[in-house]
Amino acid sequence: MSRKPYEKPMLVKHQLGMLNKFGSVPSVEPMVSIDGVAVAELLEKYGSPLFVFSEQSIVDKTEELNEAFKLRYPKTTVAWSYKTNYLDAICKVFHREGSWAEVVSEFEYDKAIHNGVPGSRIIFNGPLKPADALEKAFRNKSIVNLDNFDELQTAEEVAEKINEDVSIGIRVNLGTSATPPWGRFGFNLDNGQARDAVRRILAGGKLSLNGLHCHLGTFIQQPEAYQEQSAKLALFANWLREEHSITLDYIDIGGGIASCNTLHTQYLPGSQTTPPLSRFAEAVSSGLSELSCQPDDYPTLFLETGRALIDDAGYILTSVVANKRLPDGQRSVVIDAGVNILFTAFWYKHEIVPAQPVSGTPEQAIIHGPLCMNIDVIRPSLLFPPVEVGDKLVIKSVGAYNVTQWMQFITYRPAVVMISTSGEHALIRRAEELSTITDMEEVPGWLQD
Amino acid sequence: MTGNVRLQELAVNESGFVFDPHTGLTYTANETARYVIEQMKAGSAVENIVEGIKAEFEADGRDVYRHVLEFIHNLQEQGLSSLEAPVE
Repeated sequence: MSRKPYEKPMLVKHQLGMLNKFGSVPSVEPMVSIDGVAVAELLEKYGSPLFVFSEQSIVDKTEELNEAFKLRYPKTTVAWSYKTNYLDAICKVFHREGSWAEVVSEFEYDKAIHNGVPGSRIIFNGPLKPADALEKAFRNKSIVNLDNFDELQTAEEVAEKINEDVSIGIRVNLGTSATPPWGRFGFNLDNGQARDAVRRILAGGKLSLNGLHCHLGTFIQQPEAYQEQSAKLALFANWLREEHSITLDYIDIGGGIASCNTLHTQYLPGSQTTPPLSRFAEAVSSGLSELSCQPDDYPTLFLETGRALIDDAGYILTSVVANKRLPDGQRSVVIDAGVNILFTAFWYKHEIVPAQPVSGTPEQAIIHGPLCMNIDVIRPSLLFPPVEVGDKLVIKSVGAYNVTQWMQFITYRPAVVMISTSGEHALIRRAEELSTITDMEEVPGWLQD
Repeated sequence: MTGNVRLQELAVNESGFVFDPHTGLTYTANETARYVIEQMKAGSAVENIVEGIKAEFEADGRDVYRHVLEFIHNLQEQGLSSLEAPVE
């Protein structure tokens, strides 16, 4: 007699309210390959866990952003937000696709130069730009957006030292009806501080103001916020021209557009709640229509969109290391990727799917990472099919911030791989090993044998 | 197993639909779970249930003993079984 396929015995309670007018319970469809490359092949070659980036996704998203904005405001330039993901290979894809570099520290500035970006195509933002870094940026004719009055004074001293004509932009902050206050950076536009900064720059006589920069916030799903922002910036640009005969070269609206991830506080999935890039473009161009200058004098619009371009291009491939039943009866699935490499798990309900066909009744589960920390929770709760030790999983939309803010904690950070537009794959960052850590350390003489 | 009234009263059909007449709650049981419930209702000990599963299902290399114990604990936690796992 042939035996029947075995599944671990499971009894799953039926939940009320799982169907509603917005649709059914999301199904868990396996993802066996990424851009045509088998997940199993990638894990076999590079080990588990593993970050994987899709070059095709980056190309497609960048094209979508450019098309959406240039259709409505032709003088648009995208600058790749280094802090979102500054792996060299990732940056080089963006630069090849026409993006400039937007950096927020001297380290990032040096990395952009290292990646072959001309200084004149680097936008230097951030609250800390030491004198040496400013001098480098000024000599390279980079775009520099000043954050505060003390930095303005330092910039004047540097300009005087190098004895060159130096143009700068100022970062401003402002309120919109759709975003929380984000007032830490720049000069406030609403209370007159930004106008004082302009007067101070003119009084100093050492710097020329040629641009405005404003970054509204993060994970913004409301296009109307950008409409208010760009309208306020446009009206400020009008004031600069009318009051001080200053014609701006650029208006930089920063980044902050949400990706299609889902925040823990959201009921509906991000794929349904995040508007398409075209709606943000529509909002911005509508706001900029407040500009009163002649079309030839329209400033360049800089975008520093990061998350919305790279989040969906990144995946973590991971392996199940244990199944557990917690004392309160909850099911726990332990995987080999922890919050030290996926800190966005604290914000997002990352979509997690098996990398091989599964069978059996889905049951509510907690997905735990492998760290010896109680907070190492990748998903606090999701309906998930039965999986066994050794099964492979794919965590989606992890491309933003994780490979810049990851922590080396009790284990090695994993390798990072890119799949090319033609389906090749290659390492873009090696997995760490013991020497990666110990080579940075010193043991004083009195502790040596 | 005669004292396990709750389990005896569970209605389980062939497609795995489970109805608890005490609470009105319903559940889905997979085929292995149905087998374990039937065996428990019949008073089988854990060792016999495990052997029966190994005979009827392709469970080679799987920790069936652990799975069955976990399932029985799960029944208890959901109030569907009043007994500890019976051991021979």
